Amino acid sequence: MTDTVTRSNDTELVDGIYLEGDPISDSHAPGGDIAEMWTNRKFEGALVNPANRRKLSIIIVGTGLAGASAGATLGEAGYHVKSFCYQDSPRRAHSIAAQGGINAAKNYKGDGDSIHRLFYDTVKGGDYRSRETNVYRLAEVSVDIIDQCVAQGVPFARDYGGLLDNRSFGGVQVSRTFYARGQTGQQLLIGAYQALERQIAAGTVEMYSRHEMLELVVVDGKARGIIARDLVTGKIETHMADAVVLASGGYGNVFFLSTNAMGSNVTANWRAHRKGAYFANPCYTQIHPTCIPQSGDHQSKLTLMSESLRNDGRIWVPKKAEDCDKDPRELAEEDRDYYLERIYPSFGNLVPRDIASRQAKNMCDEGRGVGPAVDGVRRGVYLDFAAAIERMGEDAVRSKYGNLFDMYERITGENPYQVPMRIYPAVHYTMGGLWVDYDLQSTIPGLFVTGEANFSDHGANRLGASALMQGLADGYFVLPNTIRDYLAAGPFEAVAEDAPEVVAAQEAVQSRVDQFLSIDGTRSVDSYHKALGKIMWEKCGMERSDEGLREAIEEIRALRTDFWSNVKVLGTAEGLNQSLEKAGRVADFLELGELMCVDALHRRESCGGHFRAESQTEDGEALRHDDEFAYVAAWEWGGDDGAPVLHKEDLVYDFIELKQRSYK
Amino acid sequence: MKLALKIWRQDGPTDDGGMVRYDIDGVSEDSSFLEMLDLLNEQLIHSGEEPVAFDSDCREGICGACGVVINGEAHGPERTTTCQLHMRSFNDGDEIVIEPWRADAFPVIKDLCVDRSSFDRIIQAGGYVSVNTGSAPDANAVPVPKEHADRAFMAAECIGCGACVAACPNAAAMLFTGAKVTHLGELPQGQPERSARVLNMLDQHDAEGFGGCTNLGECTRACPKGIPLNVISQLNADYRRAGYGGSFDD
Ligand SMILES: Cc1cc2nc3c(=O)[nH]c(=O)nc-3n(C[C@H](O)[C@H](O)[C@H](O)COP(=O)(O)OP(=O)(O)OC[C@H]3O[C@@H](n4cnc5c(N)ncnc54)[C@H](O)[C@@H]3O)c2cc1C
Ligand code: FES
Repeated sequence: MTDTVTRSNDTELVDGIYLEGDPISDSHAPGGDIAEMWTNRKFEGALVNPANRRKLSIIIVGTGLAGASAGATLGEAGYHVKSFCYQDSPRRAHSIAAQGGINAAKNYKGDGDSIHRLFYDTVKGGDYRSRETNVYRLAEVSVDIIDQCVAQGVPFARDYGGLLDNRSFGGVQVSRTFYARGQTGQQLLIGAYQALERQIAAGTVEMYSRHEMLELVVVDGKARGIIARDLVTGKIETHMADAVVLASGGYGNVFFLSTNAMGSNVTANWRAHRKGAYFANPCYTQIHPTCIPQSGDHQSKLTLMSESLRNDGRIWVPKKAEDCDKDPRELAEEDRDYYLERIYPSFGNLVPRDIASRQAKNMCDEGRGVGPAVDGVRRGVYLDFAAAIERMGEDAVRSKYGNLFDMYERITGENPYQVPMRIYPAVHYTMGGLWVDYDLQSTIPGLFVTGEANFSDHGANRLGASALMQGLADGYFVLPNTIRDYLAAGPFEAVAEDAPEVVAAQEAVQSRVDQFLSIDGTRSVDSYHKALGKIMWEKCGMERSDEGLREAIEEIRALRTDFWSNVKVLGTAEGLNQSLEKAGRVADFLELGELMCVDALHRRESCGGHFRAESQTEDGEALRHDDEFAYVAAWEWGGDDGAPVLHKEDLVYDFIELKQRSYK
Repeated sequence: MKLALKIWRQDGPTDDGGMVRYDIDGVSEDSSFLEMLDLLNEQLIHSGEEPVAFDSDCREGICGACGVVINGEAHGPERTTTCQLHMRSFNDGDEIVIEPWRADAFPVIKDLCVDRSSFDRIIQAGGYVSVNTGSAPDANAVPVPKEHADRAFMAAECIGCGACVAACPNAAAMLFTGAKVTHLGELPQGQPERSARVLNMLDQHDAEGFGGCTNLGECTRACPKGIPLNVISQLNADYRRAGYGGSFDD
């Protein structure tokens, strides 16, 4: 299905760092009007009759919203599904941590929402770097997601009439976000997990918890299986199937300090990338504006405070730097700078994440940050609920945000009902991921990628409450319809466990494990992870420059060389060995980190969450260059000693006019 | 802070375990309990000793992966998850005893990690609403009174960490099972399978080797999410009714 893209013969490195290959000519979206496309695709796709489904097998790596929903739906349909996660239970996938909510164009509030408006907001919010056709479909199926979840018993917030309640989220002016207090991800995941467990009981899904995929098996150019390590016994296992789905989440953990779970990793995606799957827009990182600021070196993660807090909290810093260490309650109104309300009067505190994040950084860089200084700079701004408490009463604030306030107090030791919260941006989500076509198929036939692991829907910046929507859209509604078109040509000829491709993949995994255990150096895996994270945050984080990125590439290469000669992994390959698990993940992050910097370096524009120092307007806003960069950068693995190869997919906007974004 | 840690070390499921003492210095009051263990592990690695295995993932109190018994209490002295317990809850010079969850239905895998897959099997026995994808009516077609929605939500907050089991002298999992029965039993969507659900889930609960509830309430005191004891009353009421073939219409 996917075009084979040949590498350019031109061996001259572009900019000294990468090669340019042929463009990607086709994303396989059906033609016609955008509102009809999905209906047409579903109709055109081949069907698989129920008796044949039993003979078809699908491996799904990941049990977050994307993986669990796909597993449940494909199991129900009658396919034989093998589901994998590294946690002890599928219910613990990282989706559980999502707080704020999930978007859907239900227009229950009658405030002018529609599928088209959700589509429009998402494309605009992504700074015109997402693919129109996929985004439209996302908006279209969003409506069904809510119905499905409610039917499963997901306890969304309701009003006194018993109907569903909504709130609004950064970057939009309608209330289309469904939520379950600050625990929306948890409730949605429990719904999908329960549906998955139902299929496990029914025998259509086999669950492999505490299993980690370490290699993809490609036979005759098609994805046919995976090599996984049983994390309890240490056994390296081979699992074969007719198709493989990666729903393995995002790679924000490359930064070490992020809001991601400790185990979030890029391994499944990276191993597939090394086997031929293109990695698209790796440098697109989302920085979330409302996280609890870092307090010191001991920290293993950053904690997000739901963005919904921006609905009622007002963000400010002192007008004068000398007021920054005063008690915030004692600063008079006229001494405070409500900078978002001042600069962006129509969106105010609800501007999109990239803008809110960048402005917070600007305030701190100007010396007007608040809270304790880390490395000599105060990195925090106030998120103040005093006005909301006065307007709504403390009880109403408590019932809306209580668990978030408690969490804040637990972590910081300060009571946010009395003192304004302090927030600062942190790495939160990655918009990049494996390249997929309209059918969510990667450049390796038979390898599908869903949820945060793919790249398609959010462009250069993701609007709040859209990742959950995408995960469930992909898993419940999109993939089950597109994968069947691929599977209709199956069952494919069985692959013997001793086929050369399988043996090679097994041996590769075994030798990596042996290598980690034999290096016996002096530095722990975590120390490398922290060092990598620091480079990434400083030089490929909120703000990037040509010079910084070039330095970062050199530093990462040196760190990687050191890792492979000096890392210390104790214990054995048999049984549970958490250092060994981490070593594999960090080794892959060390390769991904370099590609992220290469991608960031080549994109000489500011766009979405990616602010390029050399590309800004006179008043310091991000300056995009549509004439040069309105494309997806899809990178092909260039080999261990080679350079990555860039394939461009032009982004064509037929249904939305491409404009400069403005929230003023 | 300076601390003396006594930690349960056990090489694998079939090995005999034992307590080992470690001294640690330089712990920040602002670090979480697990960050303190991270620091210990860094020191162990440097001295060539295998780090202590423990489970965690989200580190923000929502995934339910973490959980150890600290000085005899599940998740330690505060009502929260181990990852959200901060070292400011301890004093300089304290001795802290750290053990894995103790229950036959939660066998130890290594050190502080236990196998809680029995919880998943209880859910498999009926902890869901049987609805296939794509056949759901409009979400607002069935209004749910706010009190019911709120109570369902309260029960649905269970994170499946297993502290209730670890705290219970009988190692019962009634708070966990009761929470799921209450969550789905409060909603109109959960009614058709309500009888079968409670019967099957309780059968599985017993088959897994969890003990019976004797209303001591240790579970709810240890629960980091504050799931109240009355979910067990609801479980029992539903069980009686289902057992007698009664209906839930009244
Ligand atoms: C703190 C926080 C708050 C958020 N809040 C919101 C919000 O309010 N609204 C919103 O829309 N989005 C939110 N997001 C983003 C959203 O939660 C995620 O993007 C989304 O849940 C990702 O879902 P997923 O299914 O793609 O992946 P995940 O949920 O990350 O699941 C990944 C799965 O893959 C498995 N896995 C990974 N690697 C391997 C491997 N090698 N082998 C085997 N298994 C593997 C894991 O075990 C896991 O099961 C938030 C994110 C965070 C961090
Ligand atoms: S690590 Fe997730 S609850 Fe503690």
